Amino acid sequence: MIDPLRYRKVVNGVMTGATFICALAVLAILFAILGYIVAQGIAALNIDFLTKLPKPVGESGGGIAHAIVGSMLLIGIAILLGLPSGILAGLYLAEFGKNKLGRFIEFVTDILAGTPSIIVGIFAYTLIVLPMKRFSAFAGGAALALIMIPIITRTTQEIIQLVPQTLREGALALGAPQWRVTLGVVLRSAAGGVATGVMLAIARVAGETAPLLFTALGSHHWSTALDRPVASLTVTIYDYAKAPYDDWHAQAWAGALVLVMMIGMTNLAVRLFTHSRYSGTHP
Amino acid sequence: MSSLALRDNEQSGLMARWSRSRHRWSDVLFRRLTACFALSILILLVWMLITLALNARQALARFGWGFLWGRTWDPVREQFGALPFVYGTIVSSTLALCIAVPLSLGVAIFLSEHAPRGWENVVAFLVDTLAAIPSVIYGLWGIFILSPALRNYIEPWLASTFGFLPLFQGPPYGIGMLAGGIILAIMVLPIITAVSRDVLQAVPNTQREAALSLGATRWETTRVVLAHARAGLTGAVILGLGRAIGETMAVTMVIGNRPEISYSLFDPSYTIASVIANEFNEATYELYVQALIELGLILFLVTLIVNAVARLLVWSVTRRTREVQRV
Repeated sequence: MIDPLRYRKVVNGVMTGATFICALAVLAILFAILGYIVAQGIAALNIDFLTKLPKPVGESGGGIAHAIVGSMLLIGIAILLGLPSGILAGLYLAEFGKNKLGRFIEFVTDILAGTPSIIVGIFAYTLIVLPMKRFSAFAGGAALALIMIPIITRTTQEIIQLVPQTLREGALALGAPQWRVTLGVVLRSAAGGVATGVMLAIARVAGETAPLLFTALGSHHWSTALDRPVASLTVTIYDYAKAPYDDWHAQAWAGALVLVMMIGMTNLAVRLFTHSRYSGTHP
Repeated sequence: MSSLALRDNEQSGLMARWSRSRHRWSDVLFRRLTACFALSILILLVWMLITLALNARQALARFGWGFLWGRTWDPVREQFGALPFVYGTIVSSTLALCIAVPLSLGVAIFLSEHAPRGWENVVAFLVDTLAAIPSVIYGLWGIFILSPALRNYIEPWLASTFGFLPLFQGPPYGIGMLAGGIILAIMVLPIITAVSRDVLQAVPNTQREAALSLGATRWETTRVVLAHARAGLTGAVILGLGRAIGETMAVTMVIGNRPEISYSLFDPSYTIASVIANEFNEATYELYVQALIELGLILFLVTLIVNAVARLLVWSVTRRTREVQRV
């Protein structure tokens, strides 16, 4: 006969242990992935890799400088296109959106954020690439902007909502019009938090590949023209990984290491930022 | 008392009207401007749907509903059937959830119920890091690390142990449905964990206190909490499903890209997102492109529905608790 209390205690111990093992397993997976990226990537990483253009197939050496510049160009376009609308939409949801319409738009924004990025790629293709009749950096940047907008909108909204009501009342009491209160006081005092949200959005789109495949396409040359195809780190990694050359595989790993470091540093900067006022994402 | 309150209300109404009239046009303009940008998100979603449908209209008209259960995908003979991709998408996502759900629920429970103070944030940060790794890098890892491991160790072991099941028969390629499912599982882990943790933390502490005071053990208390959060946890899992269905690059790199239906998890397969990624730039004639866009439309509609359902479920828990706490 099993003692019921003892049985319950055993079950309790087993299940608590199981959740602990789950956590350990996930951390093990994370370190297995990061570990391989560092170990494989560091072998092919050198100054040439970061500053030179790719060599023809068969020659060793060469680098992916064009892809690093291309990625930055694409992200720059995405910021220009996506940042203002994301922040203004977020302001609306936080300051004026406490009604049915506001809640509905909030819901739609979340759904848009969950849309597969390859769909956004097709949309940008039909909207920009087809009429222009060529792949272009602009189309790629626009696709990335569409992915950024819902992320920036929701983080901006959450952060603006954390700004204390007294700040708004104080400014209004001094006779400032609503728009100056919102832009000059509320948005300004939450600027650090909004910047955090923007950085997170940048880190997210920096790793996107699918929306670039049929918009920015990719390239093996220097290009900073907005109406020409442009290389990006992610598409270059993809092309190199698929290719049948060991040399390119090594370079793909090095590219992955560069990309992960860029994204990791952005995220780390965000972590350090978030200890300032009204910037935590959880109220 | 009540008349005083009424007067207060009247007064504040008057003040509001007064201040509104004083800055009227600039404030109205500003409000409308921000509203336009917020509305543009809604318009964008509708616009995407219409654009995809318009650009797939020939394919839609030509194939009708038969597109969904056509088994042959042969662009050379102009035969386009979506079933192999639909099958590959459903099976790989289901496989991913089977692996990811128990793990991420375990981690979420550990984080919100059992983790010692201080550990919680560190582990949560590390799990979030998994979400920050780009899809293409998961693919790279999948090709060069995961699939050799599957081919040489895991698949032969599965075949010798569970080989009587049709799921684990055939030669171990490494690249295939199993690799795709595992990669997807790792990729949806962080979102399921993060949302489940939010949901569990939104369960009021009174629930835990009540269970503990009745003499429940830690785990029995957790079960009470889980029951309370059931709708939200379902939402978290469906949100993960939405991600898995739409995930493109990593799956494309490891699933094998063969448009055939096979019961064995060792065999190569193909998903909707992968076929678009692989063939869109190579589609040589109009109908081919349209068939691919129609696949995109199907994927878009499915993820819209899945995400909408998930959001509503998650909100049903987190919003309710927030309201209770406010009262």
